[in-house]
Amino acid sequence: MKKIAAFLVLGTLFAACGGNSGNNSATTETATTPGATTSNGNPSYDPQRGEGKFTKVDVSPTLDVAKAAEGEKVFGVKCSSCHKLTSEKLVGPGWLGVTERHTAEWIMNFSTNTDAMLDKDPKAQAQLEICLVRMPNQNLSDDDARNLYEFMRKNDGVK
Amino acid sequence: MKNFKPIAVACIVCGLLFGLQACKPKNAGSAVNSDAASKAYVAPGKYDEFYNFVSGGFSGQMSVYGLPSGRLLRVIPVFSVDPEKGYGYSEETKPMLNTSHGIVPWDDLHHPELSQTNGEVDGRWVFGNANNTPRVARIDLATFRTAEIIELPNSGGNHSSPFITENTEYVVAGTRFSVPADDNNGDVPINTYKKNFQGSISFISVGKEDGKMDIAFQLRCPGVNFDLSHAGKGKSNGWFFFSCYNTEQANTLLEVNASQKDKDFIMAVNWKKAEEYLKAGKGRKQSVKYAHNVYNEKTHTATSEIKTEVTVLDARELKDICYFIPCPKSPHGCDVDPTGEYIVGSGKLAALIPVFSFDKMQKAIADKAFAGDYDGIPVIKYEAALYGEVKKPGLGPLHTEFDGKGNAYTSFFVSSEVVKWNIKDLKVVDRVPTFYSVGHLCVPGGDSKKPFGKYMIAYNKITKDRYLPTGPELAQSAQLYDISGDKMQLILDFPTIGEPHYAQAAPADIIRNRSVKFYKIDENANPYVAKGEPATKVVREGNKVHVYMTSIRSHFSPDNIEGVKMGDEVYFHVTNLEQDWDVPHGFAIKGAINAELLIMPGETQTLKWVPDRVGMFPMYCTDFCSALHQEMQGYVRVSPAGSNVPLMFSTGKNLPAADSAAKK
Repeated sequence: MKKIAAFLVLGTLFAACGGNSGNNSATTETATTPGATTSNGNPSYDPQRGEGKFTKVDVSPTLDVAKAAEGEKVFGVKCSSCHKLTSEKLVGPGWLGVTERHTAEWIMNFSTNTDAMLDKDPKAQAQLEICLVRMPNQNLSDDDARNLYEFMRKNDGVK
Repeated sequence: MKNFKPIAVACIVCGLLFGLQACKPKNAGSAVNSDAASKAYVAPGKYDEFYNFVSGGFSGQMSVYGLPSGRLLRVIPVFSVDPEKGYGYSEETKPMLNTSHGIVPWDDLHHPELSQTNGEVDGRWVFGNANNTPRVARIDLATFRTAEIIELPNSGGNHSSPFITENTEYVVAGTRFSVPADDNNGDVPINTYKKNFQGSISFISVGKEDGKMDIAFQLRCPGVNFDLSHAGKGKSNGWFFFSCYNTEQANTLLEVNASQKDKDFIMAVNWKKAEEYLKAGKGRKQSVKYAHNVYNEKTHTATSEIKTEVTVLDARELKDICYFIPCPKSPHGCDVDPTGEYIVGSGKLAALIPVFSFDKMQKAIADKAFAGDYDGIPVIKYEAALYGEVKKPGLGPLHTEFDGKGNAYTSFFVSSEVVKWNIKDLKVVDRVPTFYSVGHLCVPGGDSKKPFGKYMIAYNKITKDRYLPTGPELAQSAQLYDISGDKMQLILDFPTIGEPHYAQAAPADIIRNRSVKFYKIDENANPYVAKGEPATKVVREGNKVHVYMTSIRSHFSPDNIEGVKMGDEVYFHVTNLEQDWDVPHGFAIKGAINAELLIMPGETQTLKWVPDRVGMFPMYCTDFCSALHQEMQGYVRVSPAGSNVPLMFSTGKNLPAADSAAKK
């Protein structure tokens, strides 16, 4: 009996401590920890869509040439250091066939919300186990992400 | 009853002991209360409440601490080279340290001053003074980098600087040493001080939006030593106050010879009047030489321009600009209270603190209540400008800051204490010891219209036994006091770099939300940028080899370079392609005798390297960047002059190994 009582007391102490620290972080500004919550308010995780601001991307059956050209420029500055356009892995996986492996939403969410998805998404984590380098967040704009996706489609043979 | 006796005895003994304790002279132990730790404690992962910008003194830099924790957040390189940050070493930053004398690698920074809008700290810039080779720097608080440095002609020892007017219209720079004007022959006997030596006060205009500095005009003044200054505010906006010593005009052993007179001066400057004279064309164009250095955020490159002209207003001829107010015993600090009415002069050798009234001074000028003139400048009668004196405050008053609640805090060097006194009735309210020999004080916003009177920091000249000894050279020392209550309470010692002189502090929120996290690669306009690996290349121009290189976790491109020859000058222009916060890359190559590089995300920086021998030179990233940081490396092959090895560069090109091929 005594032991149980002791545990109870300990338990209350712990609870009190937990509550206390909770209060602290509510009143004081804290350094942010990446990838804690979603920003779009979508409650359940959809591995087809990934996590991020893109919920539905309109993709036409034919290639948007202008977007693909813009995307190629972004690729040159921010992606080509680590990704080849073939299926060969460099630092990260080669891009050939990427638009067949993932949805547009998943690709655009991963490229703009990289840290959060690396912490959560099964496919991204499987890739990390192969590459062992967390993809850097390259701070792409929404347009950059969309244009890059179009360039990936071009690379995958969409006309 | 019997049982209680021993307890009663014990109580009495305890009481006696406590009584004795209270009578003991205060030492470090008894000066600290038990709740001090909690007041200065900022838990891991939590932010401080204030940024504290502290002069690095003879280090030439400015350091940034968090308050109340005293944690060192950054050392901003300003007037000295800083190998940790590449400042003064990369080709892009070298021009920042240029002067009319050439590159000055080490100076002496005494006073930070935060920019203000309507007399309140606005968190945009902090200014700093170079005391030795006279200059003023502007640091951009979005990047915590030195954005601009301007040199001051006709000056020596830029000490009464860089104080600002209440909307940052001007930052001032008063010369400590009077010297012959730059366009006069300075090759004169030193003992012709009275005839040939002149004082100069520079008014540097500051661009409202971009902060760009320009010497609007210089005031030519009698030859004395100008020491410190502060602008009027509120009702006294439009005036500036400078303390002066050596009105004896001594040129040797100033310790004795400049301490002869009972009173020196505070010089009141009507800068609005000076502006009128300037507009009316009363200024004389003087031929001079001074450097103006600007760091361009888009090209990540500094440029240095030598300027050749300054406009001078002679305060001895143009009436109503300057007035002298007698002030006891070699005044040092010259501080204006938040209302702008009271001007506090602190005589280094005085045993009282005179407080002057702006209203009385104005009346004295209107009534011509002058005691005569000094080298053409009217001297106001002491009593006619005096509000009152703080009697017997301590020994050797130096500097005063304000809490916005009607109190002033004055440091006393000789008696090692801070004294709190009431501005209205001039009565001493409280005093605390400092350890030891305090110089400047800082209350956040303490020289503005709106002080945040929660903390006061004392910056001490002597550390002695406060920290673990580290040989003859010791840590410098700051002490943090809680001044929210009636009594000042010491809550923390924290060591600082260099020698801290003045310091300023601002609420964290007005600065941290504007902080730049990385440079956008799209906006990088460095002429040698490589925007992405396809843009990397190696170009030979005669004996100059330009390497347009990129870095990203975890490789350089190119990482194999061949065809460099003896006699070449190699320029590594390294662009960090990362676009995320806190991912700098470093760059180092064996045998580089001047430096390494540290490159922020999106930035381009250049290292000049002149190979001194034939051979294989490893290069690598010096800033731990990823799991494969240790793989971030490459080679440069250096061949003899005249060799026919072609210029080649590559990354990830796995050529068949030439050695194993040879074995076949």
